[in-house]
Amino acid sequence: MTTALKEWPLWEIFVRSKQGLEHKHCGSLHAADAAQALEMARDVYTRRQEGVSIWVVESKAITASNPDEKGPLFDPAADKIYRHPTFYEIPEEVGHM
Amino acid sequence: MYTQSFNVPDGAGKTVPLAPSTEDPALQAAFDARIDADGRIEPQDWMPEAYRKTLVRQISQHAHSEIVGMLPEGNWISRAPSLKRKAILIAKVQDEGGHGLYLYSAAETLGTSRDQMLEGLHSGRAKYSSIFNYPTLTWADVGVIGWLVDGAAIMNQVPLCRCSYGPYARAMVRVCKEESFHQRQGYEALLVMMQGTAEQREMVQDAVNRWWWKCLAMFGPPDADSPNSAQGMRWGIKRVSNDELRQKFVDATVPQARVLGVTLPDPDLKWNEERQHYDYGQIDWNEFWETVNGNGPCNKERLATRVKAHNEGQWVRDAALAYAEKQKARSIKEAA
Repeated sequence: MTTALKEWPLWEIFVRSKQGLEHKHCGSLHAADAAQALEMARDVYTRRQEGVSIWVVESKAITASNPDEKGPLFDPAADKIYRHPTFYEIPEEVGHM
Repeated sequence: MYTQSFNVPDGAGKTVPLAPSTEDPALQAAFDARIDADGRIEPQDWMPEAYRKTLVRQISQHAHSEIVGMLPEGNWISRAPSLKRKAILIAKVQDEGGHGLYLYSAAETLGTSRDQMLEGLHSGRAKYSSIFNYPTLTWADVGVIGWLVDGAAIMNQVPLCRCSYGPYARAMVRVCKEESFHQRQGYEALLVMMQGTAEQREMVQDAVNRWWWKCLAMFGPPDADSPNSAQGMRWGIKRVSNDELRQKFVDATVPQARVLGVTLPDPDLKWNEERQHYDYGQIDWNEFWETVNGNGPCNKERLATRVKAHNEGQWVRDAALAYAEKQKARSIKEAA
């Protein structure tokens, strides 16, 4: 009983809703280990056939970008409209391209 | 499923004045601008301390309500009248447990811990929806809880899906998706009883009589008496006022009661042609506050049951952790 009253670690849960689609983050839960996290994710997040596959990742293993760096990280993409197909005008007679 | 649309202070008093903002003006301005633009706040974003505190209190109260909400219905699992109703009730109670977990997780993103929140609930410091401090006397109560209590909760919760705090809004989307079954199963169970014996019909009417006013009170005090509501609205946490939600609930419920064949116990309830809404009578707020402040018929019993369940589960939590640690140690040893 030396480790009593310690919280179970937090896990992030990703569910693939059907074959052919990506796993999507759907929430988090506490579990003692990965196997238990999977079992609990099954009960908490797929009670109505919401999934065909589950990933669990311990929350502390995730490195996230810093919201303060949102500008430097993502703004450079804003003025590169030539990366989009609609930037280019193609004569109508060419048809779908 | 369950929330009081207002945020009851966890202490004894009715309202806490918000401290004047001592926050960095530039950060505060950026936050306000995002709220004004109907943007969302995410866990890592800067937010005023008062916003964080309000959310922790509201989301954890909401989570506690889901967890305590399992108790009045859980009492009826072993006494449900058929295997079908038993399976339905188990599924519903399991959903409530799930809803509690979504909400605790959302609250944890604000920097509080599960243990802290549970400690608040178990010590009696934190509040939960006072609707669960009333007893479920007959099987009809289980149907009425689904129809009216969940119905009221849905009114409250749908606007919360657009709450300014991302994790709370996302949890509410999930909750609302699952909620509709709760209300419909309750209403349908009552429909079946209404086609039964005179005694069964009386049972339904009696349950409606006992729950109706308590459900109206679930929406919280009248707007004029909810000083914190305005701040909640300003922050985009609350989207629709208590009185407006209550009116929507009354308007939606009256025709449902007619189809069911029960009367709602309010002599003042009548259609107001001018307002295009139903008028309704006075809610007994003294009784409501008595219950919120711990003196309802089941406050002590609910809390005691909850604490007992938690304490009796301690060895399971400890064992799971000990097992996980042993497995980890073993795999490290094998790798060495």
